[in-house]
Amino acid sequence: MSAHLSIVVVEEDRDRALGIVDALKDSTDCEVHVVGNTSGLARKIAAFAPDMVLIDIDNPTRDMMEELTLASGPLERPVAMFVSGAASGLAQNAIEAGVSAYVVDGLAPARIKPVMDAAIARFKMVRQMRNELQETRRALEERKVIDRAKGLLMKAKGLEEDAAYALLRKTAMDQGRRVADVAEALVTAAGMLR
Amino acid sequence: MKLVSLPVAYMPLVDAGPLIVAQEMGFAEAEGLSLDLIAAPSWSSVRDMLSFGRVDAAHMLSPVPISMAMGLGGVSTPVSAVSVTSVNGNVIGVGRQLEDHLRDNGYGFDFADPFKAAEALAATGGKPITFGVPFPFSMHVELLRYWGAGTCLNEPGLEIRTVPPPLMASALAAGDIDAFCVGEPWGSVVVEQGVGALLLPGRAIWNFAPEKVLAVRTDWAETEPLLLGRLMRAVWRAGRWLSQPDSRSAASEILSRPQYLDVPAELIDRALTGQLTVTRMGEQRSVEHFVNFHEGAATFPWRSQAKWIAARLAAAHKPDAMGNLGPISEVFRSDLYRQHIGLSLTDMPGASEKLEGSIRHPLAVASTGGQINLLPDRFFDDQVFDPTLVD
Repeated sequence: MSAHLSIVVVEEDRDRALGIVDALKDSTDCEVHVVGNTSGLARKIAAFAPDMVLIDIDNPTRDMMEELTLASGPLERPVAMFVSGAASGLAQNAIEAGVSAYVVDGLAPARIKPVMDAAIARFKMVRQMRNELQETRRALEERKVIDRAKGLLMKAKGLEEDAAYALLRKTAMDQGRRVADVAEALVTAAGMLR
Repeated sequence: MKLVSLPVAYMPLVDAGPLIVAQEMGFAEAEGLSLDLIAAPSWSSVRDMLSFGRVDAAHMLSPVPISMAMGLGGVSTPVSAVSVTSVNGNVIGVGRQLEDHLRDNGYGFDFADPFKAAEALAATGGKPITFGVPFPFSMHVELLRYWGAGTCLNEPGLEIRTVPPPLMASALAAGDIDAFCVGEPWGSVVVEQGVGALLLPGRAIWNFAPEKVLAVRTDWAETEPLLLGRLMRAVWRAGRWLSQPDSRSAASEILSRPQYLDVPAELIDRALTGQLTVTRMGEQRSVEHFVNFHEGAATFPWRSQAKWIAARLAAAHKPDAMGNLGPISEVFRSDLYRQHIGLSLTDMPGASEKLEGSIRHPLAVASTGGQINLLPDRFFDDQVFDPTLVD
């Protein structure tokens, strides 16, 4: 086996891919190739004859890689998903973080661990950012709906803004629902009555 | 009543219906369960979520638990198929190039005769035809190989490539694959987008092919027998509901919702009613039992079905396993099915194995309560598979 590891990262987004490559190179002596989502993925990967392949768990093209695990598959050496006994905790962490790794048989766990640790940390960070972005978007959407519902109440009942919000909140509490859901119902109903 | 929440993974397909309906129509709630349904982006991720405990149960391709027991593929956590959830439901189709070629040759797209379809395909050029399938371990692969080997397609041969179902249409358009075998609604989506046509329903190759199973980790089945029983009963009742003609419009509406399949209800209805539109010209064909969730003991996990799959997988990937497939077939848990479904809900077949392919007409067989009817399970080439020969 050569001195440095050969790793393929499957990632369509260029910035994300660069981030992962940097993190991996910092962690260990390795050579990293990036492949986008293409058809015939397994064969393209096999051309690099990598020791490890990393891919986002949510990537729908992942099933194409399963061909790598077949003895009759495109790689010379069989591949396993990284689940050997001592490292099962590592596999679990990887799944949680959203990265799946395919590792060529016979690669020593001591060489895999630093790479996986770096990949897990990196994917976790990306996932967190993605979640935060979604959360922010959702909060923004909800605020817009609540503002519209307040406006409707102010107009229909001649209320001040504070009183309109208080009414929304009281209704939500009485019904055991979220303010945003009550606001949404009101906006929908008002739209239908118009 | 406080509901127990159970995380369950599935792939967005028509045959995920029993799990989705169990949750939406209150069958889970009646058993004190709330299914936290997680749509997975790929079959490998369904398998991994189940293996590593992210979910407790999953909608799974019937060959996957068997391939895992045989040590094929990357992950080998022991997984049990506690019930079949659907029989049949795949379609075989071709891209525009082959479609035009077939039409020019006078092929009628009968959507019925596997020999005619093979002859028509073989007559298009004599080059191997590349088929896209969703996963290397799937009924899709086994049906294609079985069909290819038993017809004149054997000579040009067929090549099989993994393509995720939502990408099937674009892979056809790009010319990466010539043809495909896929579960509904993705075949109908291909027709709807005008990039291909349908040749055969899966059941034209094998009348009674176990397509998807309800899978759980074997150790979970042992430590949570009560929860497992509740889950199995809820899913079984959902399958029975789905099989009633009156349920179809409601089922199509539910499955079409954005959080589930997110395709128009009309496309889903085609599979549920067996009225498929096979070409972009709107030619329709009708197939009885196109997908079967209940009838003829459809959900009973026959050990002989598991052995047929295991024998096919062994022949392709692991010849030395042949002749010792009895223990492997035990991942189809007819024992647990009898225990949880048989005692309370329905009549069971007396045996757990049958001669696969031997039933030509609906047949009454001995059951625990007297007699039950089994549906035809014929292979297109009339071969019969004797499960005792591979033990």
